[in-house]
Amino acid sequence: MVEFTLPKNSKVGKGKSYKAPEGAKRVRKFQVYRWNPDDGQNPRMDTYDVDLDKCGPMVLDALIKIKNEMDSTLTFRRSCREGICGSCAMNINGKNGLACTTGMDEVKGDVKITPLPHMEVVKDLVPDLTNFYAQYASIEPWLKTESPAPDRERLQTEDDRRKMDGLYECILCACCSTSCPSYWWNQDRYLGPAILLQAYRWIADSRDEHTGERLDNLEDPFRLYRCHTIMNCAHACPKGLNPAKAIAEIKKLMVERRA
Amino acid sequence: MSLRTPLGKVRGLGSAKEGTQHFWVQRVSAVALVPLTIWLVASLVCLTGAGRDEVLDWLGSPVQAILMLLLVIAGFYHLKLGIQVILEDYVHGEGAKLATSLLNTFVCFAGGAVSVFAVLKIAFGG
Repeated sequence: MVEFTLPKNSKVGKGKSYKAPEGAKRVRKFQVYRWNPDDGQNPRMDTYDVDLDKCGPMVLDALIKIKNEMDSTLTFRRSCREGICGSCAMNINGKNGLACTTGMDEVKGDVKITPLPHMEVVKDLVPDLTNFYAQYASIEPWLKTESPAPDRERLQTEDDRRKMDGLYECILCACCSTSCPSYWWNQDRYLGPAILLQAYRWIADSRDEHTGERLDNLEDPFRLYRCHTIMNCAHACPKGLNPAKAIAEIKKLMVERRA
Repeated sequence: MSLRTPLGKVRGLGSAKEGTQHFWVQRVSAVALVPLTIWLVASLVCLTGAGRDEVLDWLGSPVQAILMLLLVIAGFYHLKLGIQVILEDYVHGEGAKLATSLLNTFVCFAGGAVSVFAVLKIAFGG
C-alpha cells in the first residue's frame, strides 16, 4: 500500500543519549532506531557514542559493543558475522546492507541505523519477515522431477552449471526486496527481487523438470510484472548479485514460450 | 484480522496466467514510437514557419498521413498501457482501481479516435 507519510504511532522521536567512557579519543556517534511493542511508545532514535579504539571495524561490531557494554535492551538479529547468514540485514545510512560486512569507514559522519524499510517491525532493528519467507515457500524452492530418480547424482554439464552462477549465492537477507519501491507498495502480491531471483535459480537449473509450471506460477501482473527495472535491488545486494537481471531473464522466457 | 496462514495469503487466488501480452505490446509500441517520434520532430522542424495551408498539404499526403496515423495509434495505445501500470502500482482499493482503469481506457481510446478522425479528415480533404 502506498504511504508517503508515517502513521501517527510510527513517527520517530528523539531518544536517549549514551556517552562514551571518559578518556575515549576516537568516538563515533551511532543513531539507532528503537521501538518496543510492549511500552506503547512511539519509535525513537537513541544515540550511542562508541569508542572506536575498543571496537572492531564493522558496523555489527559497534552494535554488539553497544549491546554488551552500553545498553543491553537493544535488539537485532545477527549470527555468522561473515556475510553468509543474512541475519544482520538493516538500513545503514540510507542503504540496505549487512551490518557484518559494512565497514564503519564506508559510512560518512554519524552512523544512522534503521530496520529494513517498509516492513512491520517486531522490535528495534528486527523486521517481520513472515510474508517474505511465505513468498519464498510459494515458489517451491527445491528440485522437482518426474523421471525416476537415478542411481547416482543428477548430472549437469559445466555450461548448465554456470547458468546458476550469480543466483545460488543469494542468502535471502531481504536487502534487495526491501529496497524496491514496487515491493514497498505491493508486497502483498508482488514477489519482489529476492524471491524472483530464487525462482529463476530453479528455472535455470537444467536438472529441474517443472520449468513450465514454475513459469505458469509467476505469470501474473503482480507476482512478476510489478518489476519496473528500478535497479535498487542490484545496488543494495551485499553479495553483488543482480536480481533485476534474473527477473529480465524470466520475462524473456515468458515471451519466448509464446512465440 | 485474518487467521489464514502466511502461505495461504501469498498463494491467494493463484497466478492470473497473463501479463506477458501487456509487457510485450508495451515494448513493441515503445520500439515503434522511436522512429515515429524522430519523424515527427524532424517534420515539425522542417515545417517551421510554414502556413496553415502548407501544413495541411503536408499532412494530406498519403505517406505523411499514414505515418501520423501510426504515431497516434501507437502513442495512445502505449499511453493506455503505461497508465494502467501506474494505476496497478498505486491504486489499491478494488473499486477505485476498477473506476480509474475504466476511465483510463475510455480517455485513451477517445483521444485516439478523435486524433485518427482528424488526420483522416485532413487526408481526405474534408
